[in-house]
Amino acid sequence: MGLDINTKKAKKNAYRISKVRGESAARIRVPGGCLKAGILGMVQEIAEKYGNGTVHLTTRQGFEIEGIRLEDIDAINEMLQPIIELLDINQTDPGTGYPASGTRNVSACIGNNVCPFANYNTAEFAKKVEKAVFPNDLHFKIAFTGCPNDCAKVRMHDFGIIGMTMPQYDPSRCVACQACIKGCRSLSVNALRLENYKVVRDTEKCIGCGVCVTKCPTRAFTRSPKKYYKLTLMGRTGKKNPRLGEDFLIWTDEDSIVKIILNTYRFVKEYIDPNAPGGKEHIGYIIDRTGFAEYKKWALEGVELLPETQIRECVYWSGIHFD
Amino acid sequence: MGYLISRKAADQLFEKLSESHDIFAPKCFPGEGCFSDTDIIRYGQVRSLAEIEFEHRSDYSFKEALLAIHETLFYFTEDTTSVPACMDRRLLIFLRSCDLHALKRLDAIYLHNGPEDFYYKRLREKADFVLMGCEKTCDTGFCASMGTNRADQYDLYLKLNQNTVLIDCPSKSLRALINTSDAGVCEVTPDYVTENEEKVTLPENLSVESFDHPVWEAYGSRCIGCGRCNFVCPTCACFTMQDIIYQDNARVGERRRVWASCQVDGYTDIAGGGSFRKKQSERMRFKVMHKIYDFEKRFGYPMCVGCGRCDAVCPEYISYANLINELAKEEQP
Repeated sequence: MGLDINTKKAKKNAYRISKVRGESAARIRVPGGCLKAGILGMVQEIAEKYGNGTVHLTTRQGFEIEGIRLEDIDAINEMLQPIIELLDINQTDPGTGYPASGTRNVSACIGNNVCPFANYNTAEFAKKVEKAVFPNDLHFKIAFTGCPNDCAKVRMHDFGIIGMTMPQYDPSRCVACQACIKGCRSLSVNALRLENYKVVRDTEKCIGCGVCVTKCPTRAFTRSPKKYYKLTLMGRTGKKNPRLGEDFLIWTDEDSIVKIILNTYRFVKEYIDPNAPGGKEHIGYIIDRTGFAEYKKWALEGVELLPETQIRECVYWSGIHFD
Repeated sequence: MGYLISRKAADQLFEKLSESHDIFAPKCFPGEGCFSDTDIIRYGQVRSLAEIEFEHRSDYSFKEALLAIHETLFYFTEDTTSVPACMDRRLLIFLRSCDLHALKRLDAIYLHNGPEDFYYKRLREKADFVLMGCEKTCDTGFCASMGTNRADQYDLYLKLNQNTVLIDCPSKSLRALINTSDAGVCEVTPDYVTENEEKVTLPENLSVESFDHPVWEAYGSRCIGCGRCNFVCPTCACFTMQDIIYQDNARVGERRRVWASCQVDGYTDIAGGGSFRKKQSERMRFKVMHKIYDFEKRFGYPMCVGCGRCDAVCPEYISYANLINELAKEEQP
C-alpha cells in the first residue's frame, strides 16, 4: 500500500522530507543553543527507537534525527513532548510536536555564561525572542552573538544581534599602562589613544566590543550598567544574492529589537509575494522590492529608540549577484 | 575588654564615626568586574555598615585608600608651585589581618626607608584602622604560612552577627564614641584563621645565584605582563611620575604620581632608550625576589603577606604561591 502523507503538513510540523522514499528527519529546535544535558538522552532514545541511530547537529543549533519513517510522526511527536516542554517552546496542542517550522530556531553563540568577550547572556535573549515570535510559518532567521567578533555569524541572518558595551572610563583609576590601547589596536578597531597620560576614546570609531574593559588591570574601564546591542539586517545566503547583513541600529536595547522583529512579521504579511513557493520568501528580497524606506516605516512603528541609539536612515546592501 | 552592642547601636556608632571620618571599606561594585555580568570587590567610601563586604576578601587591597592610584603632588605655573591640601577629616579604613600586616610594609617603604614620604605621612597620620576578622580562610590566601593571620595593631575591631555586634576598641579616641550605656561588657578576640588550604614554604637559601633558576622562565613564559598581580597586591608600593602640561595653557601643569607595575612595559625604561628587564621572566624574578628576599634583607621580614590576591586575579593562572613552593622544593635534601 502506498504511503499517503500530507508533506506540507509534515514540513510545517518540523519534519523534513528525505531523499529516501518513506523516510523523514525530525527537527528539534533549541533556542539559544543551550539545553539541559538530560535532553540529549531523550534525543538519543528517539533516534534509536524510530530513527537509524544517527543525529545531525544542524547549523542552526538544533537536532535532526535521521532515518525516521514518515508513518511514525505521531508516535515521535509524543516522545518530543517532554523535550518541547523542557525547552519551553510555545505550543498549541500538546503531544502534536512543533506547530510551525517557518521561523527557524533562534541561534546564539555561547555568550557570557562562558565567553570572556561576550557582552550579554545570548541564550537568554534568544529564548526571549523565541517566546515572542514562535510559532510562525514565515521564514525568519534570527541569531545572537555576544560581541562584534560575531562567532555566531549573525550577519548572515535576517536579524543579527551583536552585543555591545559602552565603555565607562574613570581616569582617576587609570595608570596609563596602555593595556586597553594595545588591546584595542590589536584585537579591535584602534579607537583609543593616550593623551596627557590618560586614555581618549574615539566615540566615532568605537564599536563597543569591550576589549578595553577586559584588558584593564585596575578597573579604570568598566562596562556600562545598561546593555547595548547592534542590530544588523537582512543578511542571507542563497542562490540569487547572498550578502552580509548591514548595520541598522547601533547602541540599541532589547525592547526595541523585539518590537522591530515583531513589526517585521506584519510587514512581511503585507508584502510577501503571494506566489512565493511554499509561502517562503526571504525578507531581504521583499525589502529589495518595497524599498528600505517603506520597511523602516513598518519596522519602527511604536518603537521608542534610546536617545543614544544611532540609526542608519538608509541601508544599502551589496553581496554577490547571481541573478 | 570588649563590648556586645545591638546592630542598631553599631549603626549609630558608624554614624558618629562618619562625622569625623571618611570611611573606606571593601564593597561590591556590581557589574564592574572584568567580564560581563561579574562584580568586583574593591575599596570605596561607604556610608553604612550594610554596604561593607564582610564575607569575601576584596579583589583589590586597601592600599588605594592610603596611596591613591593617581595623586597630584603639586601644581606648577611659570614661577610657582603649590601642593594640594590634604583632606581635613580623618580616615577610617576597614581591613583584614593580612592587610594590616601589609600596612606595616607600606610604612616601612614610605616612612622608614630613607626620608619620610610627605604625602604618605600626612594621610597616614589621619588614618584609623578597623580590623575585620576572618572566620574562615579565603581560597588562595596563605596568611598562616606567612604569620600574618593575626593582627593586634588595630584601633577598632567589629564583628557583625545577625542582630548584635562585637567590638574591641583599643583606641581611646574611638572608644569615646561608643555608647556603652546599654552595651554588654565581654571578652572579644578577633576571629582569625589558623590554617589555609594554600600552604607556602619560603625558600631559605635564596641568593643572587637563584637568578639562574629555571622557574623564572617556566612561569615568565606564561606571563602576559598585565600587572594585575602588582595592582591588587597590598604591599606593592611602586609609582611612576607624570608631568602634565594643561592643553589650554602650556605654561601651567601638574606633577602626578601614579601606581606602577614592575611587570608592565616601561617600568625599567631610562632616558636614552635603555631598558633593564625586557623579558617577563626577568620581571617575574624581580617581583618574587623583592617579595621574599630583597625586602627581608633590608627590613628583617618578608614583604609578601600571603593575602593570595595575585593568585586569584592572574588571567594566566600563574600561581605565585606555587612558584615559591617550587623554589623551596629545590632546597629539600
